[in-house]
Amino acid sequence: MMLRIDLEILQQWIAPNSRVLDLGCGDGTLLQSLTETRGIEGYGLEIDPERITACIEKGVNVIETDINQGLSQYPDDSFDTVVMTNSLQALTRPDRTLGEMLRIGKECVVTFPNFGNIRSRTFLAVRGRMPVTKQLTYQWFDTPNIHFCTVRDFEALCHDMEIRVLHREVVTERKPDRHLKSIWPNLFGETAVYHLSK
Amino acid sequence: MPDSLPAHSVGITEPQQMQFEEPLELACGRVLPHYELTVETYGELNRTASNAVLICHALSGNHHAAGYHSPDDRKPGWWDAYIGPGKPIDTNRFFVVCPNNLGGCHGSTGPCSINPDTGQPWGRDFPPLRARDWVHSQARLAAKLGIGQWAAVIGGSLGGMNAMRWALEYPDRLRHCVVIASALKLSAQNIAFNEIARRAIKSDPDFCEGDYLARGKIPRQGLALARMIGHVTYLSDELMGTRFGRELRRGTFERGRDTPIEFQVESYLRYQGDSFSDHFDANTYLLMTKILDYFDLAREYGDDPVAAFRHALCKFLVVSFSSDWRFSPVRSEEIVNALVGANREVAYAAIDSEFGHDAFLLPNHRYESVFRAYMNKVAAEADQLARAE
Repeated sequence: MMLRIDLEILQQWIAPNSRVLDLGCGDGTLLQSLTETRGIEGYGLEIDPERITACIEKGVNVIETDINQGLSQYPDDSFDTVVMTNSLQALTRPDRTLGEMLRIGKECVVTFPNFGNIRSRTFLAVRGRMPVTKQLTYQWFDTPNIHFCTVRDFEALCHDMEIRVLHREVVTERKPDRHLKSIWPNLFGETAVYHLSK
Repeated sequence: MPDSLPAHSVGITEPQQMQFEEPLELACGRVLPHYELTVETYGELNRTASNAVLICHALSGNHHAAGYHSPDDRKPGWWDAYIGPGKPIDTNRFFVVCPNNLGGCHGSTGPCSINPDTGQPWGRDFPPLRARDWVHSQARLAAKLGIGQWAAVIGGSLGGMNAMRWALEYPDRLRHCVVIASALKLSAQNIAFNEIARRAIKSDPDFCEGDYLARGKIPRQGLALARMIGHVTYLSDELMGTRFGRELRRGTFERGRDTPIEFQVESYLRYQGDSFSDHFDANTYLLMTKILDYFDLAREYGDDPVAAFRHALCKFLVVSFSSDWRFSPVRSEEIVNALVGANREVAYAAIDSEFGHDAFLLPNHRYESVFRAYMNKVAAEADQLARAE
């Protein structure tokens, strides 16, 4: 099975047979893959009806939840890893959810689109309009992505919240950028992948 | 029944009467020396008996879950929207078993049956039951039908409690448990509504302290009132607003006229109450509401639902409905959280509906797709087990 590149990378940080909570689990692809390859016991939280049905079709444990309403139903350290891929920017208060993730999970994995990417920067600089790219296809008024950030913004938040960064990677599907991203991650990374702990 | 059989109907169904001669020890300490259950089944049991599904009915339900008893029936069974060929509980794939619960009044042994010791109807002397008594009687039913393990035990409302109790009492005899619009236990408000209903029945002079059958009477008024109270709580304010609003059935507010006024909702409720009291037994209503009130899944597990669900082995589907205030989504979420805490497999869908608690019985696009997706997995698993043997 071909996975999105950020999902491919984060799998290495998930311990075999561990307990994983996936916030915004989508159609359950990641949890299904982790169950098959790592034997994890996983639960996914999702709010979109079609995606919830897709999870049920796959046999993925999916729980209809509005993450923005808080996650107080989950006790401290009740999961080995709490994962959130490509959803941070769509939350009402990403900082609060990040705090909750670190309370519930011993470790966390977060991936998000890097708004500091050269294509977003050029789009805004040259056209003077909010970037609409192949990865981020929405217009400013209809986007679910209400809290964009850059790699540097995220690092600053981790610093302020005293979050430990265990691993970080930025990834890009574009071939020429693949070498440049290791030198200038905030400029050439399309998606950032962070492995965090308290 | 409509002029021709609707597509995706199980058609004309016939209840069977099944006798159980072995005494059944009840949770209350008393013993039923023998009992019978009225049962409907739909579909075919496969060679390895891996495709059997048990349907647990709710407070006022019975064994007639799908299809029609005669071509003259106006309405099909109570869960016809979800049971039938090509429906979520697909009778082309599953062998569906739906008994009338012990204590019921539609053929199974209950307060209307004859007490062998006295030769009179049991009436108020029928032993009080708990959900677990149903589970044990249904386990014997499974054995009699040659079913070692249910593919799924499914129930809504009180039936959901019955299904959860199955998962704890006989963990290895079911692979899936579907719990719809249910709760780990009733809230005080819920018990209060049940007590008002019971008081309504007991206040009817024809109730005769529960001995009405022996005296040739029926507490029709009390039972109708109990049903009217219950019925209001099963609907939502929003639905009653859109369906009835302040529409008048007769009379007028015009000045100078004093014709009596009747709102549509009054006439509707009266009809519901009256038709219910024609086919339901008052003692059964008292018994069933008590079972609801006493049910507390985790009581014997140190009041810890997580500890309770650690005894379960099956997978769960939990479903709630947004406008259901009798068994609200919060109650379903308590079930889900306990299952996650116990590391059990669970899927949960919170369906948008304006139909209140009754939503679990009614057609709804999203509810149907969730239910269908889950039952497809259950059926595929049952097929696989049949092939493996």
